[in-house]
Amino acid sequence: MVHIKRLQEDGADIIAIVGEIDASSSIELDLAIAKSVGEGFKKIIVDCQALEYISSAGLGVFMSYIEELKDKGISFVLFGMKERVLNTFSILGLADLLNIRETKQEAKKLADELSV
Amino acid sequence: MFKTKAVTRFTSLCATVAWVILVFSDITVLFSDIKSLPSDVPVWLPRVMLDVYVIALFYYYKFKIERDESLTFTDLLWKVFATGLIATVISLAVRLILFLLGSTKLPSNILFIDFVYQINLALFVNFLLAAYTCWKRLILYQKSKWLMRAWLVFELLLLSILIYDSIHIVLSETISTIAIVVTSLLGLVLSANMRWVAYLNFKQKWTSLLLLLLSLFYLVYFLYSVTIWSDQISQQSQAFIDFQSHAFNIALLAFALTYMTFSFLVVLFNLPTSSVFEQKLEEVINFQRISQSIQTEQSEESVYNILLESSVRSVFADAAWLEIKGSANEQKLYTFQITEKETKDIHNHLEKNKIKGALDQSSDKTKNLSKHLGSLKNSRFRSLLAFPIKVKDETIGTLALLKELPDGFNKEMTRIISAFANQAGISIENFRLLEEAFQNARYKEELKIAKTVQKSLLPTKLEQDADFEISAFSASADEVGGDYYDTLRISKHEIALIIADVSGKGTTAAFHMSQMKGIFHSLAQLGPNPKDFMAKANKALVYCLERGSFISATYFVINTQSKKVFYSRAGHCPVLLFRTSSQTADYLKDKGTALGMVRSHDYCNFVEDNQFSYASGDVMVLYTDGITEAKNNKGEEFGNERLAQELQKNASKSSKEIEESVIKALYQFSGSEDINDDYTSMTVKFN
Repeated sequence: MVHIKRLQEDGADIIAIVGEIDASSSIELDLAIAKSVGEGFKKIIVDCQALEYISSAGLGVFMSYIEELKDKGISFVLFGMKERVLNTFSILGLADLLNIRETKQEAKKLADELSV
Repeated sequence: MFKTKAVTRFTSLCATVAWVILVFSDITVLFSDIKSLPSDVPVWLPRVMLDVYVIALFYYYKFKIERDESLTFTDLLWKVFATGLIATVISLAVRLILFLLGSTKLPSNILFIDFVYQINLALFVNFLLAAYTCWKRLILYQKSKWLMRAWLVFELLLLSILIYDSIHIVLSETISTIAIVVTSLLGLVLSANMRWVAYLNFKQKWTSLLLLLLSLFYLVYFLYSVTIWSDQISQQSQAFIDFQSHAFNIALLAFALTYMTFSFLVVLFNLPTSSVFEQKLEEVINFQRISQSIQTEQSEESVYNILLESSVRSVFADAAWLEIKGSANEQKLYTFQITEKETKDIHNHLEKNKIKGALDQSSDKTKNLSKHLGSLKNSRFRSLLAFPIKVKDETIGTLALLKELPDGFNKEMTRIISAFANQAGISIENFRLLEEAFQNARYKEELKIAKTVQKSLLPTKLEQDADFEISAFSASADEVGGDYYDTLRISKHEIALIIADVSGKGTTAAFHMSQMKGIFHSLAQLGPNPKDFMAKANKALVYCLERGSFISATYFVINTQSKKVFYSRAGHCPVLLFRTSSQTADYLKDKGTALGMVRSHDYCNFVEDNQFSYASGDVMVLYTDGITEAKNNKGEEFGNERLAQELQKNASKSSKEIEESVIKALYQFSGSEDINDDYTSMTVKFN
């Protein structure tokens, strides 16, 4: 089960993921990111502080957006991952492809830098 | 069928023979009487022959009409009418002959008159029995135990009257009076059974009226002609038995006449209400159409169209529309004699006037909104009725019916449409359930195929070498994943190993897995260094994998000459290596991104070439994340730590034993035999 909340802060869209993301709940994540991109946000920050687990399907969602985000010049930053979750990202090599920061402030700062 | 034919033939033959004997014996008796001679034939013979004639005909019609299931109500009336018509035509023909004979001697001869009389009587009785049999079927149309018993008593009474007539035992006056009263009362009560009339439609009622009227006319005609002739004969002879003295004939006549008259009147008075009955019937048929539409039609759309059409027809609405939230949450609008703009106008009008819970789909009650329409200008409609359509207690749509008349809907109509809407809801629910079941069945079938494919893709035999022993294990959950491992000998001293995990489940996973196998078998034999292998594999896979799916893999080349393992990891779980020198199991730290994630050429920047030397007794464990992520009932994961410990404990054993102990520990930890992911591991022990 997963719960996804979106809120806007300083022109950035913050997507907070609460719970676990597996094959079925990954659809919700996909939807949330698609909406955010569709609404034209130039800065998207994903709050992973309450993300307990992510399966390969969930990672696939992030992966599938990498190119689109690059093409549209949207800065995309994740932050606050638990070690276990971060481990999943790094094993797959996604940590090198995505921008991952520890705190929200860092994430926001990076997003600002990237969008310039 | 054959038997029935034989019986009808036999009975008609009996009747004919009986009638011929009847005629001759009667003429003989009459002749003897006139000439005052002793009769050669017994006086009772004509009477008995008449009984035989009656009984034979009774059975004839019983088999001809009563048993014929295909006859409808009008067919029955038609039978009576046709019998009457034939009888009347024959009788009129006889009259014509009489007329043509003019004033010759023959027509005034009493014996000839008797002959004519017998012909008419036979036709008359025939007609009456045909009518009797048909009435029986009409009366017993809706049988009840009580009705069946009453009819049996009635028939037995008639039979006893018939016997009583012919044996001529004179019973006391009271007994015969009682018998007559009971029979007539019973006949009257039975004649009140007119249920069949209700099932006739308007046209059939008119036909029935005509047929009944003509039959009535024949009856009266026969009564008239038979009476005239019998009067003529009885004036001249004492021995002649008037048909009127035959109580059975009178009873039969009375019954046929009564029922005929009753039927005529009932049909006549039912004429104005026939449209109501027809309408009810149509409602039932429409009802059936809605419920049957699941089996016959293949879409929800047809259910909606039938609902719309049936509702409009049942309540004579001028227009209607149906708003439906489809299974994929899309809004659909079906209209009948109304434009979409008009429906929108009405919608907006109601919204503007803040009429809550009416046409919005949160409403779960039938509403008569006619009064609100009054204030809408430029609309031809003055009455509006809205019904919710529910599936599993959830309102999925609204049915709106419109009339141009004010107050056009009554309570009856509301009730009917509610029933329609409910039935449509049930049909749609069933339809969706059916669809779901189909989908599930298809999915299961797909899984079965995927599982077979997946199994067949894994090697049955692993490459063996004197320098190491290798064993592999793979178990898959119900939901097919895409774990893959394989080995390939490149050269005398080089052996390639691969372990991979395809993201996603089901057929797609199995499909990608087969692609991976193809890539492995074609690339590995060229002997590329591991990083090149990954770069080429990525290039090949990028255009096959759909958005969001990827393959994690680790590729190894074991060189037995240099005692080195060259490998490249692409997003797969890190290699677990036990070294005899340190007696510890550790995870190799390196970098690498999964195949299919980076679509550009710079993928080679995301993978590395790695290597390590091995010594005798070293153990390398390759596995998929199903093992490390296996959970126990507390929700804890098996984890890297436990896996490493298990290897450390058992490292001195053979590769097969190491593997078995790891699997055993895994099952013990998860606490159950059924697994929720794929477990795959490959254990290599160096000699």
